[in-house]
Amino acid sequence: MTFTSLDCRAEQLLRDLAPQVLGATLRRFRDFAACEDAVQEALIAAATQWPRDGIPDNPRGWLIHVALRRMTDYVRGEISRRNREQIAVEDVPIVVAPAVYAEPGIDPDDTLVLLFMCCHPALSSASAIALTLRAVGGLTTAEIAKSFLVPEATMAQRISRAKQSIESSQVPFSMPEAVERAERLSSVLHVLYLIFNEGYTSSSGASLHRTDLSNEAIRLTRAVHQLLPADAQVTGLLALMLLTDARRTARTGPLGELIPLDEQDRTLWDRQAIAEGLALVETAMSSGSVGEYQLQAAIAALHDEAPRYEETDWLQILALYCVLQRMADSPIVALNHAIATAMVDGPRAGLAQLEALDQDERLAGTHRLLAVRAHLLERAGEPQAAIALYRAAAAKTTSTPERNYLLMRAARLSEAS
Amino acid sequence: MKYMLMMNCPRDGYDQFTSWPKKDIEAHIAFMISFSKKLHGTGEWVDGQGLDAPTQAKVVRAGKDGKPITDGVFPEFKEYLAGYWIVEVDSPQRAYEIAAEASAAPGPGGAPFNMAIEVRQVMSGPPETK
Repeated sequence: MTFTSLDCRAEQLLRDLAPQVLGATLRRFRDFAACEDAVQEALIAAATQWPRDGIPDNPRGWLIHVALRRMTDYVRGEISRRNREQIAVEDVPIVVAPAVYAEPGIDPDDTLVLLFMCCHPALSSASAIALTLRAVGGLTTAEIAKSFLVPEATMAQRISRAKQSIESSQVPFSMPEAVERAERLSSVLHVLYLIFNEGYTSSSGASLHRTDLSNEAIRLTRAVHQLLPADAQVTGLLALMLLTDARRTARTGPLGELIPLDEQDRTLWDRQAIAEGLALVETAMSSGSVGEYQLQAAIAALHDEAPRYEETDWLQILALYCVLQRMADSPIVALNHAIATAMVDGPRAGLAQLEALDQDERLAGTHRLLAVRAHLLERAGEPQAAIALYRAAAAKTTSTPERNYLLMRAARLSEAS
Repeated sequence: MKYMLMMNCPRDGYDQFTSWPKKDIEAHIAFMISFSKKLHGTGEWVDGQGLDAPTQAKVVRAGKDGKPITDGVFPEFKEYLAGYWIVEVDSPQRAYEIAAEASAAPGPGGAPFNMAIEVRQVMSGPPETK
């Protein structure tokens, strides 16, 4: 649906209600694919009718009513189709449309259960992301396609295949058992984090018509946080997103090139987001259990708290990366650990750590390793070696803003030397 | 009618570009951004992409078992595709005009770089697969 004629408040309302309406519809009819289509149609109906007739007194009841009516029509159509094909129909449930705007089975956990379904490990990340944005985020296929710069037909197919996988793997519409829940929650958080990163790292010229994926990821994570306020990982992820997103406007220059932390105009940082993120980090860190998102959020918090780059508390950041590295075998964490080491013990110490990473096949020869080494060589007073590595990194990255940044860094250094 | 405008660069074009002075790189990027905005503004933009550095290029063929056989890098290639635009225009002349504008993107010292832009009409395709 395009919400051009709906004001922001109504659009927000529709998106917030989307998973609740789908949950209620799924309680009545088990067919996930058809229910999801019915809800999408109800949202589109709202987007066209509400601006004309006004927002109904009970918008959720209105949407559920429309979605259930669509489902009833669908089931009737299915029954007559099967009759025509002379197939036994005993297994088709007889459904009666509600006479009034009843509110069947509204459960605040529906959003959570839907997220567990859409982020099921049986789905690929790309499918889980698309399905989550549509079924839980209430975005249209066209909007999702636009955000990922693929044709609408491609995205429609991806979503429909994702729904088929859910059907065929017979994931029930119910809360996973306690044992399974933690693991499934971490899949959900991973998908939300991927959505956030997709929005955050693609702030290039091509973003002219992008739906704001970072904001959508933050909104969904906020919803999960409201449902599970005591979960430290969820709190940590929300904090990480807010503390990272707070720097968004300062992060790219007029040519879409990346601006590194030490050169960002900190007056452009979003103070409100930082304040909220800091409070969340404090809650998450005092909960006792320490996870990756909390640690990353704590590191982001230390960056955001420094009034000037020179005042960054690198000693504490290094300590946090040490803990993080023990917890997660991640090449990116290892790289950041080397950078923090360089900030505390000097560029030579950082370069020494990078040597060990040459053996890691996930990193060896990648633009990331080349770029970090170039930075440290620049700081160590070896401009020629740094220039060569900046250019080598630029030739390997597939991100335009990153390539532009690396090329300009090399050019600046080559003019100065 | 749709046209594909292909920006072909000589083999050492990428290395040349990366060693330009900073202000020349900036001017070139700024030109490409405003060029793209302009095509969006006139409603002629269909698609446009920059491709990664030619040092990453691979040529793929199917082997006897149908599995991919990759080959690369190719120092013998005289030129390579650096990026392309697809535009929807009313006449071939308009496509040539747009290509000439892209060709005049600033190069070293801000002078027009006059890159060769290959212009090809996109044929009308088979019916959309549903």
